[in-house]
Amino acid sequence: MIRIILTICYILLAPLIGGLLDGLDRKISAKMQRRVGPPLLQPFYDVSKLLTKRETAVTKSQNFLLISYMVLMILTGAMFFSGTDILMCFFVMSTAATFLYFAGVVTSSPYASIGAQRELLSMMIYEPAVLFACVGFYLATGSFNVADIARSSDSAIMYLPGFFIAFVFILTIKMRKSPFDLATSHHPNQEIVKGITSDIGTKNLAIFTVTEWYENVFLMAVVSLFVVNKNPISIVVALVVVLLVYFLEILIDNASARVKWQTMLKTTWVVTLFTAGVNLIILMIIK
Amino acid sequence: MAIIPFLIIFPLVIAIIMYCTRINKIRNAIAYLSAVVIMVSVGVLVCQWISKGMETITLYYNTELVDHIILAAEIVLMGVVTYLSFKYKKAWVSLLSICPTALIAYYEIFGPETREVVGHIYIDYLSILMCIIVGIIGSLIVVYAVGYMHGYHHSAHHSNVTDRRYYFFALLFLFLGAMFGFVLSENLLWIDFFWEMTSICSFLLIGYTREEEAVNNSFRALWMNLLGGCALAIAIVYYGYTYENVDLHVLVSMGTIQSKCAVICVALISFAALTKAAQLPFSTWLIGAMVAPTPSSALLHSATMVKAGIYVLLRLAPAMSGTLTGEMIAFVGGFTFLITSFMAIAQSDGKKVLAFSTISNLGLMVACAGVGTSETVWAAIFLMMFHAISKSLLFQDIGATENALGSRDVEDMHGLLYMLPKLAIFMFIGIAGMFLAPFGMLISKWAALKASVDVRNIVLVFFIIFGSATTSFYWTKWMGKIISHSHLNGNPVKDKTKKNEMISLTIHAILMIALCALFPLVSETFVNPLVNEMFGKSENVLSNQVLFTLIIIIVVVFAVPFLAYLSSKQQKQDLKLSYMNGVNTGDNRAFTDSLGNEKTLWLSNFYFHKIIGSRKLMIPSQIFTLAVIVVMMCRIIGGVFL
Repeated sequence: MIRIILTICYILLAPLIGGLLDGLDRKISAKMQRRVGPPLLQPFYDVSKLLTKRETAVTKSQNFLLISYMVLMILTGAMFFSGTDILMCFFVMSTAATFLYFAGVVTSSPYASIGAQRELLSMMIYEPAVLFACVGFYLATGSFNVADIARSSDSAIMYLPGFFIAFVFILTIKMRKSPFDLATSHHPNQEIVKGITSDIGTKNLAIFTVTEWYENVFLMAVVSLFVVNKNPISIVVALVVVLLVYFLEILIDNASARVKWQTMLKTTWVVTLFTAGVNLIILMIIK
Repeated sequence: MAIIPFLIIFPLVIAIIMYCTRINKIRNAIAYLSAVVIMVSVGVLVCQWISKGMETITLYYNTELVDHIILAAEIVLMGVVTYLSFKYKKAWVSLLSICPTALIAYYEIFGPETREVVGHIYIDYLSILMCIIVGIIGSLIVVYAVGYMHGYHHSAHHSNVTDRRYYFFALLFLFLGAMFGFVLSENLLWIDFFWEMTSICSFLLIGYTREEEAVNNSFRALWMNLLGGCALAIAIVYYGYTYENVDLHVLVSMGTIQSKCAVICVALISFAALTKAAQLPFSTWLIGAMVAPTPSSALLHSATMVKAGIYVLLRLAPAMSGTLTGEMIAFVGGFTFLITSFMAIAQSDGKKVLAFSTISNLGLMVACAGVGTSETVWAAIFLMMFHAISKSLLFQDIGATENALGSRDVEDMHGLLYMLPKLAIFMFIGIAGMFLAPFGMLISKWAALKASVDVRNIVLVFFIIFGSATTSFYWTKWMGKIISHSHLNGNPVKDKTKKNEMISLTIHAILMIALCALFPLVSETFVNPLVNEMFGKSENVLSNQVLFTLIIIIVVVFAVPFLAYLSSKQQKQDLKLSYMNGVNTGDNRAFTDSLGNEKTLWLSNFYFHKIIGSRKLMIPSQIFTLAVIVVMMCRIIGGVFL
């Protein structure tokens, strides 16, 4: 029962939470740059304005590809909150991401294509850390099921500190934040313009933005899964951890410049191997 | 069950008829008819087997005459190899054929009397599955080949190749017959004969064009496979002398209880399987096989040859579970899976991408068999099924695309969906089958990952995790190429695909989608019993919850894009030009360069061939895997004797 409620809550509330987090992000970023920044609800104003504009696109198929991206992303989160297999969730997420890639390349526009290529590359780069995290949960709690992991007696992070570091590291890539925002940039006056979103506009851009919110909430939920256990207090702790992680991402975003993909590949895989990999070896020996 | 000898002998007879018929039309008609007959007889076999309660059936206990015929045929094969090796001045290769044949012949004539325990023919879930794969996919490839080879010999590209289609089709049927014999035999001497036969068929197919490159590659394939054949022959004779028995299942059960001789024999046979399944360090023969006409590549990669290696490993899986041999096989397979998926990223030739991905996927199957638990075997079976259909579909499709487009380079397939819509959709389905979410490849990967964590095989976990990331990369970028709007004129190209090629492609695509949709059912009714039979215990790999999730995913992933596509078709959207800093020249295909001239836009994928190209990675990884195999073999054999 609680699973169904959680799932419905995710589907209905995730865009709200995601939008608020986005607004918070802009607000804090502005404060870090000594600007006033937009109001907290600015992301919602943006999306509602995009929805009222007359629809334009480079090719018609962009729309259905982005809708598929969104629905599969929602499915990912819904599966997660209904407590099913976490590995399956990530598999569906990678299928969703494939649709985003298609939406990027289908136009054959130069900037969108280069952005999409980089998005694909970053998928390859972050996937090991994600799969490691799933394996880690399985080893720590004996199950791939989100419901069982969340009900375990100890927080998974006790066994999985290395996996946690690797996962937070790749969150920067996944949330398309600097220094790993190779696929898209927040400001259109850069070398790849807006990367994969360059030729996504009006309603399509609204779909993309809302999907990003869904995605961020899902990712934060995975972060909280590292902390949550059968003790209800852990949920509060998890919320604090999530907010801290989100703040850390904003800080990193504002404090670093975009790197080349070679650097991203090397650093990410090295970090993944030396944190998650080593943690895995230790865990396999002791458990 | 007269259908069994019929299945083995009928293709061989047809092969002779093919060779003798020099009138194309008549031969084509016979080829179609025989393909249908083979499919029907596989159907009959399956029905008979089901009507007998899907039990294991063993047949033919006294077969002295057939044994003699097989021995004679084996000597003929040896003669063929020896003649050709001398003709092409590669005499040393003949040694690899003469030695094992002499060994086997000596054993059969002077060796101890064998005690028959099982029969000569063994029918169970696994051999039925193999028969279905060989029968259906193999026959469809024959159907496709009729049209393809016609186009092949009429194109200016191949004008220097002598038209020897009678020979080509004879080989195809010979190959199918050998495969049926191989998967149905229980007697190791028979298995050895059919094994040599598939090696030699593939050798002859690769060398079909008789060009210098083809001859060189065919000899590479030959010596690598014959090397495996040597190991197999040694294992059989050693085993036969020790136990006075040559039954595969007895060997497996002896191996399961770690009987000394059986351990060595299992190690040797699994080594032989590595050569046939084109694992590192023996991968190069399968890549070299690309020079042959496309139907033979399709046959080698999907229905026959490489699957023979996997079949043997699956049979041996219970005996390899938890042993040093299993460790060696799992390591080599996992390593191959990872490294060749890197190499696949660096390829832009479509056929080469397919070749590397075949080796890579086979690596995963080999690793699964090496781990040898019920879960991994379950995964390996599904990998094999999906791989067979999808690879056959992709190879045929790429052959047809090449005929129309004049190129098989992935870069030239930019906008294929708008140039050759039908072929592009088939290609899309084939690629999706190789890695996307609801298709079985992914769920098999999921099972393989879970199982390797369960058996605490750390290295394999690393291989699978990194390998699956790289696998999605090369497939997705190919799919993206297909759907991108063309940077050329984007007009449809004349589709030269023949009707029969189209029939074969369509059936493949339907099979692919059907297998995906019926996945849970197939698992329940066929693969679970297969695994139970092998391990004698029931373990449901697909728990009900996963099954339920899976069905939801299947429904959503199929329905959403389709519905979204329908709804977006009716929407009114203003179309604008893509963003090019305001220097578009009126459409999305060109821009104004800095000198004020119009320049065509050209988009290309990432390949990184300077970093991870096969030239760079192949030799080091071959040396590494060879070292691993040598060390592990020493440990296995030494461990038994010391």
